[in-house]
Amino acid sequence: MAVIQVERKPLTFAERTYIPQIIGGLWVTLKHFFQPTVTLQYPEQRPEIPKGYRGVPTLVKDPNGREKCVSCQLCEFVCPPKAIRITPGEISAESDNAHVEKGPQAFDIDMLRCIYCGLCQEVCPEEAIFLQNQFSMSGYTRAEMVNNKERLYELGGTLPDEHLKWDKKKTAEEHGNAH
Amino acid sequence: MSSDIFFYLFAAFTTGTALAVVLTKNTVASALSLLLCLVGVAGVFILLDAFLLAALMVFVYAGAVVALFLFIIMLLDAQGGDRKPFKKTAYVSGGIAFALLVVGVLSFWKSGQQTTGELGSIVPVGSTLKNYGEQLFTTYLLPVQIVGFLLLIAMLGVIVLSKKFEGLEDIK
Amino acid sequence: MFDFYFHLPLIVRLVLQAIAVILFMFPVAAACSMAERKVCAWIQNRPGPNRTIAPIGGLLTPLGIVGRIPFLGPFLQQMGIFQLAADGGKFTFKEDPVPAHVNKFYFILAPIVAMIPALTTVAVVPVGAYYAVVNGQTILQPIVLANVDIGLLAVFAVSSLGVYAVILAGWASNSKYAFLGGVRASAQLVSYELAMTLSVLPSFLWMNKPGGQGTLSLFDAVQMQNGVWHGFSMASLHGMWGVFYMPISAFIFLVALFAETNRAPFDMAEAESELVAGFHTEYGAFKWSLFFLAEYCHMIIGSAVCILLFFGGWNILPWIPLTTLIDWLSHFIPFAAHPLFMGLVGIGIFVGKVFSFIFFFMWVRWTLPRFRYDQVMHLGWKKLLPLSIANLIFYTLGIALLQK
Repeated sequence: MAVIQVERKPLTFAERTYIPQIIGGLWVTLKHFFQPTVTLQYPEQRPEIPKGYRGVPTLVKDPNGREKCVSCQLCEFVCPPKAIRITPGEISAESDNAHVEKGPQAFDIDMLRCIYCGLCQEVCPEEAIFLQNQFSMSGYTRAEMVNNKERLYELGGTLPDEHLKWDKKKTAEEHGNAH
Repeated sequence: MSSDIFFYLFAAFTTGTALAVVLTKNTVASALSLLLCLVGVAGVFILLDAFLLAALMVFVYAGAVVALFLFIIMLLDAQGGDRKPFKKTAYVSGGIAFALLVVGVLSFWKSGQQTTGELGSIVPVGSTLKNYGEQLFTTYLLPVQIVGFLLLIAMLGVIVLSKKFEGLEDIK
Repeated sequence: MFDFYFHLPLIVRLVLQAIAVILFMFPVAAACSMAERKVCAWIQNRPGPNRTIAPIGGLLTPLGIVGRIPFLGPFLQQMGIFQLAADGGKFTFKEDPVPAHVNKFYFILAPIVAMIPALTTVAVVPVGAYYAVVNGQTILQPIVLANVDIGLLAVFAVSSLGVYAVILAGWASNSKYAFLGGVRASAQLVSYELAMTLSVLPSFLWMNKPGGQGTLSLFDAVQMQNGVWHGFSMASLHGMWGVFYMPISAFIFLVALFAETNRAPFDMAEAESELVAGFHTEYGAFKWSLFFLAEYCHMIIGSAVCILLFFGGWNILPWIPLTTLIDWLSHFIPFAAHPLFMGLVGIGIFVGKVFSFIFFFMWVRWTLPRFRYDQVMHLGWKKLLPLSIANLIFYTLGIALLQK
């Protein structure tokens, strides 16, 4: 590759006095002076969250209000900073969902450790854990920064779900070909 | 009467700060005392109705020259420290100078006593700008020029002494 | 209705005027710090400080009440007025540490030295004019604390003492950054003083005709720019503002003024990116705020002098002096020629001009990067000084030829 020596043009007299350049700069800043501000007034105005944003991890329920997590502990296993702690448990016999799958007895995500990588969402076979739009977590104590199961469901809410796995299971059970 | 009180105040202030210039060990404190001394002198000029001289005194000496002194002191990091004991000749010359000063002041005081009555009618040279300028460019033109040349010579001397001339041995 | 004022003894009037000036300078200098933040924010497309409001408990205080007036309160909040009050309270009441390694006496002296010249120079700066009857003649008199013959020289003399605040602060702080800031400031201020003084001389050459009464008064400098437009003739030159027939002088003066007030692009003494905070690195709380106020006071005085010399003082437009404006106003307002009304109009115009100059200072600061130190020296000694000498010689010859 040939080296091209670019001759630097000598400055003209006007340029050497700086004055035209200074006036140009002043003109630019004056234009900005009268432009509307671009600052978002944060607590009142919220930023628009782009699609696919990885916010705080949450647990979601299916449209019928059943918890989707089956406490397979894959997310706990894959979590790089080990922020997730799951205690698996049986679903009680009285519940509608009994005998089909397990459910988490406790589900804690330590937000002081979470790195918002989204691996838990990616690995979840039940599409039960999602990194949703909430971006701000704060608390006065360390204990406050650990999201327990109730809090995770409260944050997560319900997401539209086409699989309706529990309904299918139930129908299958009623027709006698469960499992 | 009130100007008398002010005169004594300014005189005491000027003398005190002038002494502080000589006696302070700290060079920066010394330079600052010089600054105060010059401001005191400007105050005395104001009492003499020489406002222009007072303003020039503050502007040139207090504002610029002492600032340069301080700049040099800071740049060279000059420390006060211990000073060498004076030589015998210094004592002798100091004594003679002080005696001359006393004689001079006494003679002024003596003649001042005699002409007190006429002093009020004399218009001081520096009282109005116009008068001052005219005097400077007519009566006192020669002293002004001589002082100007002295300063020019001093400036050239500084340049010659401080600048290293290379390839100009034949000048020496 | 205002006449009782003119029957007060002179000394009482002077003290009242001095207090009025200081009561004006201090809050305005403080408000400039908020204006600086707002201007900087708007130039950078930000809203600037607009959140602070007096707390509910402050409902008992004037600010708390003002803050809750509909429309006005939120507007003042947007303008950051309450932030200014909060800053003032913080600077006054927060702990004021004196570092262990400093020279205590000079360290505490420095901010005081900074304030003295800044507030003293106001005494000789005229801010307006009024009609007064002296010996049966109605003449224009300046509104000034001390109408001295050597007004300009007095301003230069006293404000040149401002450099000692920076030097003292830099030296007494016993810290490398502060020291470098002090050394730089002393060299810079001495260098630009020369060009500044030479640049204003043509203005006084115009004024002091041979045979006339010699003067360096700032009031006379405005008087020279007082004429009325009568078509293209030599007489209408009289009412022109100085900047039109001495553009180079005005330019040099303005550049030197930027350097003398240590404002960007010449803020060598502060130089945040190089010297932490320059000469006031070791200062905090109230002492630091005094430095800050002094800087703005210097800016106000400097722009006032520049306006008096080159921008027509209290005359509203070129060729429309204050007297013409007052004549016109007296068609509508019967007491327009009253000294107090006329004085207030003059002061209003003058203060408006000063504010626009301060805006210009801020505008430049948030536009230009800082010069390197050697560039500052190069510009001062090798460019501005020869230019101002050439300018002086040009006007000397020109005025001599015109007046022959």
